[in-house]
Formats: sequence, structure tokens, C-alpha cells
Amino acid sequence: MTTATPTVAAGTQKTDGTPTTKAGRVRKRLNSRTATLVSIVIAVVWTIPTFGLLVSSLRPEDEIKTTGWWTSFTNPQFTFENYEQVLFGRSASSGQLAGSFINSLAITIPSVLFPLAFASLAAYALAWIKFRGRDWLYIAIFALQIVPLQMALVPLLRFFSTGVSLGGVTLMPAWDLVDEQKFAQVWFAHTCFALPFAVFLLHNFISQLPGDLMEAARVDGATHPKIFRTIVLPLITPALAAFGIFQFLWVWNDLLVALIFAGGGDETAPLTVRLAEMAGTRGNEWQRLTAGAFVSIVIPLIVFLSLQRFFVRGLLAGSVKG
Amino acid sequence: MKFDFADQQPKFLMLMYGLVAFVVVVGGLLLLLDVVPAWFARRREAQLVAASVSGAPLPRRPKQREGIFAIFFLLPTLLLLTIGLVVPAIRTVLLSLMNRDSSEWVGLDNFGWMFSDDAIVRVLINTLIWVLLVPLVATGFGLIYAVLVDKARLEAVAKSLIFLPMAISFVGASIIWKFVYAYRGEGDQIGLLNQIVVSLGGEPKQWLLESPLNTLLLIVIMIWIQAGFAMVVLSAAIKAIPGDIVEAARLDGVSPWQMFWQITMPSIRPALIVVMVTLTIATLKVFDIVRTSTNGNYDTSVIANEMYNQAFRYSENGRGSALAVFLFILVIPVVIYQIRNLRQQREG
Repeated sequence: MTTATPTVAAGTQKTDGTPTTKAGRVRKRLNSRTATLVSIVIAVVWTIPTFGLLVSSLRPEDEIKTTGWWTSFTNPQFTFENYEQVLFGRSASSGQLAGSFINSLAITIPSVLFPLAFASLAAYALAWIKFRGRDWLYIAIFALQIVPLQMALVPLLRFFSTGVSLGGVTLMPAWDLVDEQKFAQVWFAHTCFALPFAVFLLHNFISQLPGDLMEAARVDGATHPKIFRTIVLPLITPALAAFGIFQFLWVWNDLLVALIFAGGGDETAPLTVRLAEMAGTRGNEWQRLTAGAFVSIVIPLIVFLSLQRFFVRGLLAGSVKG
Repeated sequence: MKFDFADQQPKFLMLMYGLVAFVVVVGGLLLLLDVVPAWFARRREAQLVAASVSGAPLPRRPKQREGIFAIFFLLPTLLLLTIGLVVPAIRTVLLSLMNRDSSEWVGLDNFGWMFSDDAIVRVLINTLIWVLLVPLVATGFGLIYAVLVDKARLEAVAKSLIFLPMAISFVGASIIWKFVYAYRGEGDQIGLLNQIVVSLGGEPKQWLLESPLNTLLLIVIMIWIQAGFAMVVLSAAIKAIPGDIVEAARLDGVSPWQMFWQITMPSIRPALIVVMVTLTIATLKVFDIVRTSTNGNYDTSVIANEMYNQAFRYSENGRGSALAVFLFILVIPVVIYQIRNLRQQREG
């Protein structure tokens, strides 16, 4: 964890005789051999499945299917064949994940940007513009977090496929999207579902900015849009980053929304949908499943590891993601 | 490479449209918000100048109309929330009271079906097992680990190892664990679990086919993902315990064990509740793991998976909606508990 404060070296406490903190004392007892052993066991159990997947994805097909991945330490045979197959293979059975990878990107980028922009505008208004009913509005948006997105799926899909009509008058025609255009549905759905949490998280940060700063700007004649752009936005970049990472991981890893609004076609299906499909229909093609799973994992892992600091901060400030 | 990049062009084009739409909408909104007030300000200035030249009394300064700004700032969010969440949720409630193609009102029949169909009762029981086990076990592991590695050497690395599964999709995690549970009829085992069983002298099994064990094995996947979340939040709570409390307890000579139960646990109670509540809600809605691992077969289905099947595979809109509403009803008491807790903390 990059947020962790520099750790006290174990040696210094031993020479002190008495540990200075509670944690130190608890540790003195717990951090006996058993405790160390327990934490190592947990860490190993947590890591081994992923490690096994990674090793397997690099082994030749015959090897994966006949021997356990742990045997490759005594009999190492590695290849990139699986990745080549699963990413670029022409046959339908190979996965053609390169296309899905691009779909995942095309779905994720706008699905992160839209809620980020809309929610920061809304959060600013709810925090710093005085108007009647402000608190109630905030509570209402906050409360929407608990609505499971399952509650919205059926009607929202109908909304896209048949449009809106009231008493025979068409208020909005059906979207009638085909192929790649279905991305728009997915963006729309993800944006809607993300907003309550986004507003809540950003409001937490924005409302804590110093009021004097806003007051001074107002006195200087700055309008709300100006304050928002020149003062608030630069100050809340860490919060924006926190929510951005959240939403990125959420959308990239999402299966349900993509399944319903993007469908399973080559033109739109993201990695998660394609992988879930492969796991169902080709459950024993481990050479493809392992490589495919790793392809889907690698981007979030990079994002996550490089921006962990912001992610943890967001995690600690946020609560229930709907 | 047999991969044709030209095939992918329409996708990039669509992505570009999306980004252009983003720039136009957000940029347009900001521009609008900038231009309109500036225009009003200029007009007012002109009025003032005109008034002072003609010697007429200065026009009264109009009341600050902040509400107007608020509307524009909030417009996109409120619009999307209404279209995408509020109205659909209300419609789902109505749909749950109608038949499969929403042509007739059927009252509470769909809910009656939920509790009388054996398959669905099984689904409800499975969901209950999930909700009972995941928050408890994941929080337990998270707490133990957070305490054990607190201030230990290599703490950051140790925590990252547990935290990493958070970045992995449920689908990816399911594949990782399906591979651990993999079974081969003859020859060497390729799944780690069966290999361990065999090396201990047991018989290899098709783990995911054996009910009710398979539900527990799927629950393991969820615990594996969520323990990291519990660990991070609890670890932060442990680090936030004020030093003087700890110091006072230490001077009183409490043992580390007492320290844990009498100082640490009460201090991190709010964090514990937040973690449990968050995990409970996440577990209620679990879908990806079940769908990827077993597709809900072999008695492993849960509410969210059944809701998807009913609504989107069998076109049973009424029943699917009823399951969604039931899910919502299950979430409500958890949230009320959470709110009451927060209030107590604030008062006490």
C-alpha cells in the first residue's frame, strides 16, 4: 500500500524493550512465529490461484491439459502461442479477444468521462450554490445509491428499444441502434447507474473545500461557473482521480450491464462477456481461458497498481456502490 | 497475424463520436454558463451607465438569482437519474405486478410464485447462505490480516497481495478459481484442489457439480475478492485509533489480547459495520461469479442470476421484475440499520 506510513523497522522496537504503541504491543504477542506464519499462509493462499493462472497461460496446450501447472517448475516449457491464438486467431472458437479488448476500451472511456463531468457539476451545485430544497435534493440522490441496478434493467432496455410514448404521442422514438452504435446504450446506462455514488463521493470532497476561498472569489466578482472551473476543479483532482479509477474498474469488470445493453455480438461484446461465454461453452479449453483471463486482468491491474493511492483514498471516503 | 485492423475501425469511429459528444455537451454547458451571466452583467452595466448619465435614480440591484445556476449545474445529472434510474425503478415495481408480457395485472402472483416454486426457493436459500457467509468470513480474514501485518516489515507489499484481487473482474476471478477446481477423470490432475486431495490420498471430485458444496466453493471466490476491501478499510481504522487511548491502556497494563477486544474492537466498530454492510449489499447482488462458474446450474443460482434468466432469457418480465423488487426489499433493512448506526455515532 503506497498510503502506508513508513513502517517502523522491527529491530528498533526490540532494542527499546517496550514497544511504544498499542499495535506494537499487540504485535509483540501476535507477531510471534505463529502470527507471521498465519499471515504468510493467508498471503500465499490469496496469491497462488492468480499465479497458477499466469503460469498456465504461458504453457503449451498439451501440457496444460495433461499436467498441473506446478510441474512446469521441474519441466519448464513456455510459449506465447496461447495469447496469439486467443487475441488474433481467426476461428470463432479462439475467442478473437483483440476485438473485444477494443470493445472494452470503447465502452469504458466514455462511461468514465460522462459521470465524472456531470457529477462534479452537480456536486458543486449541491455544496456551494444556495437554493431552496438543496438538502432534500442531496438526500434524494444519496438515497438512490441503494437502488440495485437490477431494478432499472428491464424498463431501461425497453426505453432504448421502443422509445417513450405517452397516450399515443411519441415523446421519444426508439433508438434502434445496431452494431457499434449499441455502445451509446452502454455509456448511457453506466452513466446513469454511476451518478448517485459519483455525486456522493465528489460532494464529500467539494463541500470540505474552505469556504473563505469561495467567499473571496465571490467578492472579487467571480461567478459560479468561473469558481467551478478555476478554483474547484484543480483542487478536487485527487477526488476526480479516485472516482475515475473506481468507475474504470467497475465498467471494465462489469458483466451484467454489458450483457444486457451491448449484447454478445463481435461488434460490441467486451472482454467480460466474451470470457464468460467461453467459460460456459469451452470450459475445458484451458489454454484459451487462462490466456484470455489474463488479457482481461492486465489493464485493470496496471491502472490499479499505479494509482492505488487514489483508489484507497476513494474507498475510505465512499461507501455503498450500487 | 490474421487479425484485421480495418474491421475495428467502426468501433473507433463510434468511440470518437462519444468523445466528441462529451466535449460538446460538457464544453457547451460550461460555455453557456459563462456567456449568459456575462451578458446579464454587461446589460446591467449599460443600465447603470445610462441611469447615471440621465440622472435618473439608479435601478435597484436585482436579487441574486443563484437558483438559475444551480439548475444548469444539476440539469444533466437530474435528467439522467430520472430517465435512467427513478422512472425505470418505478416501472419495475409496476411490472412486477403484471404478467409475463405486461398486458394484465396479476396482483402479487409473481411474488407468490417466488415462494412456492421449489427451484426459486432453492435460489432464495442459496442467496441467504451467500449473505450469511461472505460478509462474516471476508471481514474476518480482512481483520485478522490487518492486525497481523500492522506495522510489520513489508506491510505495504503484504497488503497489496491481498488487495490485488479487487482489481480483477468477477469473471476473471471465476475463471481463476474454476481452474483451481478443475477435474480430470484419468491421469494427472490439472486443478490444484484435486491435486491436493489426491496427494492426501483422496478421490478427485467434480467440485462444481456437487450441491451444496459447489455453492460454498463459489462463495470462496467472492471472499477471495472482497477480503482485500475489508482489510484496507479496517487497517485504516486501526491506524486511526488515537495514540493516547492506547498509551493509557498500556499504562494500566492490559494484555495484548485485552487490548484487542477492549480497545481495538470498540474503536473500529464503525468501520466494521460499514464493511459488513457494504459487503452484504454487494453479496446480495452477486451475479457474475455464478453465471461464469456454473451458469446457475447444479443448484447454485442466486437471486440476481435468476432475475437475469427470467427477464432476459425466458422473457418473463413479471417474474424477473418481482425478483428485482425482492432484491431491493432485502437491501432496505440493511441500509436502515446502517443509517441508524451513523445517527447513534453522531449523537453519542
